[in-house]
Amino acid sequence: MNVAIIKYNAGNIYSVVHALKRLGIEPDVTDNANDIGKADCVIFPGQGEATKTMNYLRANKLDKVITNLRQPVLGICIGMQLMCTYSEEGETSCLGIFDTKVLHFTPEKQEQKIPHMGWDTLTNISHPLFNGIDEGAFVYFIHSYFVPLNPFTIATNDYILPFSAALAKDNFWATQFHPEKSGIVGERILKNFLDYSQKCSNGHV
Amino acid sequence: MSLAKRIIPCLDVMNGQTVKGTNFINLRLAGDPVELGKRYSEENADELVFLDITASHEGRKTFTDMVQRVAAEISIPFTVGGGINELGDVERMLNAGADKVSINSAAIRNPELIGQIASHFGSQVCVVAIDAHLENNEWVCYLNGGRLKTEYRLFQWAKEASERGAGEILFTSMNHDGVKKGFANDALAILSETLPIPVIASGGAGCKEDFRDTFKQGKSDAALAASVFHYGEISIKELKTYLKQEGINVRL
Repeated sequence: MNVAIIKYNAGNIYSVVHALKRLGIEPDVTDNANDIGKADCVIFPGQGEATKTMNYLRANKLDKVITNLRQPVLGICIGMQLMCTYSEEGETSCLGIFDTKVLHFTPEKQEQKIPHMGWDTLTNISHPLFNGIDEGAFVYFIHSYFVPLNPFTIATNDYILPFSAALAKDNFWATQFHPEKSGIVGERILKNFLDYSQKCSNGHV
Repeated sequence: MSLAKRIIPCLDVMNGQTVKGTNFINLRLAGDPVELGKRYSEENADELVFLDITASHEGRKTFTDMVQRVAAEISIPFTVGGGINELGDVERMLNAGADKVSINSAAIRNPELIGQIASHFGSQVCVVAIDAHLENNEWVCYLNGGRLKTEYRLFQWAKEASERGAGEILFTSMNHDGVKKGFANDALAILSETLPIPVIASGGAGCKEDFRDTFKQGKSDAALAASVFHYGEISIKELKTYLKQEGINVRL
């Protein structure tokens, strides 16, 4: 299977490459619109700042490339946030795939540290992305901005307030946490996405 | 709140080999930091820290190779420290696959480095490690692995580091380190209750109760230890089961 990872000015992209290699997949890290378009599935990962990364995507015309994708797409962390309509981080408009905003966490108590960093639970899971994953499983989060609950929410976490741990709309799936850094649970989540992509590419979905 | 308290084994690496011995049975390459890190990851360690204690230039290259292997083989977050003095060092470590870097002496010598790391790579990448010694009721910060005394004081410096963009503070009490009688919980509680960023406790772990106490009394977000894990005195699995029984939220 041909897996494309979108190359852009975000950090942590190679962690996803390593995670896929551990699952036996040799992904193509690329910013070439043609290669991305031809892939069986596309992963849009990263860690970074919203305005800088959005500006880069626009300058390299990757914004249109991503929104026009018809194959399965998995956004991770900043990737998921950029797939929303707007981010409070630098007050930038984003790709608009998920009709929801990205907001900054406002601590209510001193012990609520920002960023939300570390292992936290997945709750209210309801999507094939989480096949074989137990309610309450721990995954690794690291973020200061969050997506509120909305009609596309397929898993939640509660930190200061309940927010979206994952989103899905048609072929676009996304996680706020880092499956590539979430041990065995994360591996299963990535495998679920790859299995679904394989079925789509075989024409079984 | 469901954010888990973290248990972090720390591995000292010299010329590509872990320095402290291990009692792990059936571990063929106990001296290999990647094998040891993998073992800890399988035991449910939450993160790993690899400290480069090599002085030579060739050793640095070996360490970078090791970081690449860790990134390829281990699926939990890891921090690297030792010998990180400028932005280029940070970039080299992140490119090799590290999730975070820990800076200690370099942060005191050049506090602007903290802000540079935060603005280039994000605060979450920048762990500021502080070695401090309690002298006449003052926590005095030291450099160069505890050999050089400074004018800096723990609480003031931790606050400044946080304001400059540190993502976490890793505090090692030189009074408690190696004594195995518990962490510096009074100082840790002050740090945790005044800083807006997570605090990692380091120095003093001797038994399971010490971890419970640093989470409950020290209000630490994470606890780091080396020898009790390396020598097999405490298994991470058993430790986390114990902490859970004590009402502490950990990832099992």
